[in-house]
Amino acid sequence: MSEIITPATEPKKIMGRPRCLNDVTFHFCPGCNHGNVHKMIGEAIDEYGIQDRTIGVAGVGCGVFLYNYVDVDVLEAPHGRACAEATGINRVHPDKIIFTYQGDGDLAAIGLAETVHTANRGENITVIFVNNTVYGMTGGQMAPTTLLGQKSTTSPYGREFMGDGYPIKMCEMLATLEGTAFVARVACDTPKNLMAAKKAIKKAFKMQIDQMGFSFVEILSACPTNWGMTPKQAYKRVAAEMIPYFPLGVFKERTTADYM
Amino acid sequence: MALTLTKGNEAIAEGAIHAGCRFYFGYPITPQNDIPEYLAREMPKIGGTFIQAESEIASINMVLGAAAAGARVMTSSSGPGVSLMQEGISYLAGSELPALVVYISRIGPGLGGIAPTQGDYKQVTSGGGHGDYYTIVLAPASVQEMFSLTIKAFELADKYRNPAVLLCDAILGQMKEPVEIGPRPDFKDISLPDKPWALNGNAGRKSNLIKSLYLGDGEMEVQNWMLFDKYKKMKQEDTYFDTTDVDDAELLVVAFGSCSRMAQTGIDMAREQGMKVGMLRPISLFPFPEKAVAELSARIPKVLVVEMNTGQMYKDVKVNLDRAADIHLYARPGGGLPTPDDVLEEIKKIY
Repeated sequence: MSEIITPATEPKKIMGRPRCLNDVTFHFCPGCNHGNVHKMIGEAIDEYGIQDRTIGVAGVGCGVFLYNYVDVDVLEAPHGRACAEATGINRVHPDKIIFTYQGDGDLAAIGLAETVHTANRGENITVIFVNNTVYGMTGGQMAPTTLLGQKSTTSPYGREFMGDGYPIKMCEMLATLEGTAFVARVACDTPKNLMAAKKAIKKAFKMQIDQMGFSFVEILSACPTNWGMTPKQAYKRVAAEMIPYFPLGVFKERTTADYM
Repeated sequence: MALTLTKGNEAIAEGAIHAGCRFYFGYPITPQNDIPEYLAREMPKIGGTFIQAESEIASINMVLGAAAAGARVMTSSSGPGVSLMQEGISYLAGSELPALVVYISRIGPGLGGIAPTQGDYKQVTSGGGHGDYYTIVLAPASVQEMFSLTIKAFELADKYRNPAVLLCDAILGQMKEPVEIGPRPDFKDISLPDKPWALNGNAGRKSNLIKSLYLGDGEMEVQNWMLFDKYKKMKQEDTYFDTTDVDDAELLVVAFGSCSRMAQTGIDMAREQGMKVGMLRPISLFPFPEKAVAELSARIPKVLVVEMNTGQMYKDVKVNLDRAADIHLYARPGGGLPTPDDVLEEIKKIY
C-alpha cells in the first residue's frame, strides 16, 4: 500500500544560485574549485546587496572568464597586473566595491610587485587569490606556490629548493605590511573548510565596505586535471600536502581603519 | 594674453590639467621628472590623484584601470620606462581605452643616457607593443605646442578610444620658452565625452565588460579589421603637419620635433644665401602625413630628411615620396645635435 504525502505548504527554497551569477554552465574541469569560489563571491555580493556597485578585475589564468559568470562590471587585466588596474579603478571610483580574482602564477610570480605594493598602499580593494600550486590554464607548469617535490610540466623531476626556490607563502608575507587590513587563508577541500572560506570572503568584502583597507583571501584549491588526480584524490592532497605547508587561518584583521 | 616663461615638461603637466585630466600614475625617470613633480604638487590642490607607482609596468596598468573606469588619465616616462609600458599600451589599444602616454625621449638603446634623441620614433609609430595596432602620436616642436598638443592628444584619445602618445625629447622637456597658457578652467567647464562603456557599477543597465581576449573562431580577425578601420579614419580626419616656405621651394627639408627647430634655422640661413628651401614638419607621426609628402615631393623633387636618429622617419618619407623625387638623409643619433650650420652644409651639398 502506498500513500502520497502532500506537504501542507509549498516547499520553501532555501538554497540556489546567487542572483549575481549568470545562469550558465561553468567551463571549469570536474573537481576544480573555481566554481565554488565564484559562487561564494556571488553570495557575498548578494548578501551585502552590492551588485550594482561592484567592479571585478579578472587576472589571466583559468579565472579570466569571471565575466561570463559574475554579473557585474568587469575589466580583464594583463597577466599579473590586476592589483594595478584595481588601484586605478579605486582611485576613480572610491565609492565602488572592487575585487580582483587571481591565480598563483598571476598574483605571486609575474604580478608579485603589483600585489605587494597595492597591499602596502592599503588600497581599499579585495583580492581573491586562488592557490592551486600550478599554472592551470597554460597546462600545469610550475607556479611560485608549487610544493617541494611536486611534479609539474616544468618541474618534471619535482620542485627542488636548490634550483627553484621554496613555495611562496603570500598570506604570511602580506600580513607583515602595515597597509593590509585583512589577510586570511582558507581551503575548499571539505564542507567545513568551504564554510570557513565563505566566511572569510564575506569578511574581506565587509572590510572593504567599511573602508578598512586592503583585504586578501587566499583559497587553497584543487586542480585535479593538472595534478593528474581524481577530484577525491585532489581534495585529499589539499589536506595532506597543502594545508601543512600553507596553514589555514586569519593572519591579520584590523579593527580600526587608517583614516580613523 | 600674458606670456609666462615655462619649461616644456611643466607645460605638458599644466596642459593635462587644462584638459581635465585628474589622474596621473607614473614612475621617476630622467628627463621627464618635472611632470610627476609638478602634478604631485598640483593634483591635490584640484581634487586630482597622483600616485608614484612601483614601476612603469604598474603605472601603465593603473592608467588602464582608471581609463576603464571612465577617467581622463595619463602617465609619462622615457626610453626604458616606455619599453616597460608597451604591454600595457598594447592592452589599452586592444581594449579600446583612451589614455595619454607622454614620452620624453632619452638616448638608447639600453640605459643609454639622458641626452635628447628621436631614436624612439619607430617604436612609437609602429605601435610599440605586441599585436596589430597603432597609437596616435603627436610631436610638438615648441613649449607652446607641448601645452596645446597635450590637450589635443587627450581629445583624440577619447575620440578614437585609443591610447595617444605625445613624443618629445630631452631638449623640449627641459627648455623654457614664453608660453600663452591662460587661467585654469574649472573642471565643470571642461567638456568631457560621455563614456557609456565605462566601468562604474551596473546600476540601471547591463554589466559592462572591457577586455582584449577573443578566443572564438574568427573573432580576433574581426577585431583587427575594426581597429584597422579606426586607424584609417584617423588618417582621413586627424593628420597634422606644418609647412614653411614651400611655395617657391626647390628643396624640401622634412623634420619633426626639436630637430625641426634646428633645421628651420639652417633653412633660414640658406634662404639668406639665396637658396629656396622649405620645410615640412609632421606634427602627427601616426597618422603620418603621407599625402603631404607625396604632393610636396611631386612639386619639390629634392628632399632632405633631418633626424636625431639613424634614419627612422626617413623610411616613412621614402615610402610616400613622388617617384621622380630625390631623397637624402642627414642623421644624428645618440645625442648628436644637427646644428643649423650642419643643416646648412647638407643643404648646400644637394641643392
